[in-house]
Amino acid sequence: MTAPLLEIRRVSKRFTRQAGLIERGVARLTGQGAGGTVHAVTDVDLAVPQGEVLGIVGESGCGKSTLGRVVSGIYAPSEGEVVLNGQPVARDRHGASQKLTTKVQMIHQDPFASLNPRMKVGETIGEGPRVHGFGTAAEIRERTGSLLEQVGLEASYADRLPHQFSGGQRQRIAIARALAMQPELLVLDEAVASLDVSIQAQVLNLFTDLRRELGLTALFISHDLSVVRHVCDRVAIMYLGRVVELAGAEDLYRAPLHPYSEALFASVPTLGTGRASFHPIKGEIPSPLAPPPGCAFHPRCPMAGPRCRVEVPRLKTPVQGARQVACHLHDGGTQQKDIAA
Amino acid sequence: MSAALDVRGLTTRFATRTGHVTAVNNVSFSVEPGRILGLVGESGSGKSVTGFSVLGLIDAPGEIAGGQVLIEGEDMRALTPEAQRRMRGRRVAMVFQDPMMTLNPVLRVGDQMAMAVRVHERVSKSAALARAREALEIVGIPAPAERLKAYPHQLSGGMRQRVAIAIALLHRPSVIIADEPTTALDVSIQGQILAEVRRLADETGTAIVWVSHDLAVVSSLADDICVMYAGRIVESGPAAEVIAAPRHPYTQGLIQSVPSLHEPGRKLPQIPGSTPQLSRLPTGCPFRPRCPRATEVCASDPPDLGTGGRRVLCHHPLETP
Repeated sequence: MTAPLLEIRRVSKRFTRQAGLIERGVARLTGQGAGGTVHAVTDVDLAVPQGEVLGIVGESGCGKSTLGRVVSGIYAPSEGEVVLNGQPVARDRHGASQKLTTKVQMIHQDPFASLNPRMKVGETIGEGPRVHGFGTAAEIRERTGSLLEQVGLEASYADRLPHQFSGGQRQRIAIARALAMQPELLVLDEAVASLDVSIQAQVLNLFTDLRRELGLTALFISHDLSVVRHVCDRVAIMYLGRVVELAGAEDLYRAPLHPYSEALFASVPTLGTGRASFHPIKGEIPSPLAPPPGCAFHPRCPMAGPRCRVEVPRLKTPVQGARQVACHLHDGGTQQKDIAA
Repeated sequence: MSAALDVRGLTTRFATRTGHVTAVNNVSFSVEPGRILGLVGESGSGKSVTGFSVLGLIDAPGEIAGGQVLIEGEDMRALTPEAQRRMRGRRVAMVFQDPMMTLNPVLRVGDQMAMAVRVHERVSKSAALARAREALEIVGIPAPAERLKAYPHQLSGGMRQRVAIAIALLHRPSVIIADEPTTALDVSIQGQILAEVRRLADETGTAIVWVSHDLAVVSSLADDICVMYAGRIVESGPAAEVIAAPRHPYTQGLIQSVPSLHEPGRKLPQIPGSTPQLSRLPTGCPFRPRCPRATEVCASDPPDLGTGGRRVLCHHPLETP
């Protein structure tokens, strides 16, 4: 068995906010702490084999984008490590690493913000290869043209500026820019979320084609369950910084195991089922500044028992199948157990 | 039953350097009390401008160039600006996409709600606050008395949107226009709001126009659907019928591009081209350049086919099965 292309080994990412001068003063007077730590990603362990598209799904604040940024090398993890092709990725103190910046490429949500409005499209696509010495200027120019054609645009568009393109075309340019670095891994962070439905279908089709042609490996981060089902082989569902369920897309959509996954699927309106009766999840997503003890989902969970309030469930494989779920329901029950040290 | 809102031939245009752009083109629809109408379209289709035009909230360089907006039979557009102002908020109210833009960040929720009550009615502040509390209860906010004392930043996105809906409800309007009100919210919170809105329409008899780009949301919430393209309503009818058997090629394309209806990994049927720019529309049917059924006749204005509640604006509509 070959090693997976990407391993995310027990990665955590915390952001600590320094309290301001006034806050520190108030904290001293009242005797309470100031500032705070956001636990954006906690103890995430994932492996992505070559050629797989892994979906990362969750609501806002669940840490899915932070995880994508850790993998892309934009953030250094607070704990754990990211391993690409069996090599741990060493970083400088800003989290950057030569290897990651070329081998992992990211595609962002908003193609109006991710393209430099003053750079011609050809310059944008060719900048990475030029900086990293991928060839002579003439070679890079030629490759830029063929990349533009590969994403369904015309080679002559290289001389145009981003404002001359629509949202869908800009997202194609962003994809071409990522492919120009010949990455081993793509990280797509809500890459189709800002597009209209008819345009979204075009970009998803492009992604499906490119995947088949180039054998892409990708992390596909999205809040849209129907899009994720369409493009992903496996899906990780995140809640408040942790992966709560990891399963093949088919299995997960047929029968989610975690109560949160189940509730999430129940609250998504689907087309063609007619007027729905809604069964929304009660309550709100807690603040990642102060996540609840035990299972983070227990205050909203209809199945929660005493054990859920004290013990954090680990991601484990339940009796059946090749999937993992972090829930006491599938690991001995939710009643209080002796928690021996 | 007579309609709570009856829009007839509404046309709104904007003056630009290159001439007039017609953002809303001869749009007609009506909503009966207790019904929800979904106004669906992609960006630039004119769905939001339609919502604003109903309330008369169009400023220069835009102008409402024609049509009638009847609210319980009374024509908004025939009224003086002052009389229109008295209608807005009292008999027709609006909920916007971003509740942080709707709410005043430096006023407590209760204070701004009481203010909205007293703009239209001479009541004491305590009576106004009581009304505010009641409205918060209707939209399912727990502990409404405490929430009245909170500032908007102390509430979550979902709670803020509920407050915005509660403000719209303060005067028990007969019509509420909601412009993408759940687009900025997470799915689990969106589910909660949709449930409250459906209950609201059923229990209070408020007529609701739900403007959205999300077909799935609209199909599960609305009684009727109007599909907009390039400023026109190209198809309308009961939600279940429009989704199950679309007649306009654009509606069909839109429904088919939704990934959940297809086997994972397969290519999605896609509408070629991109959403049109209103300043550069072709003659005749605006969907013509992207339409698989287009012929020469489509260069002339498409006829309004269909009867009663089921209409389609097309030369070559799909046959109903």
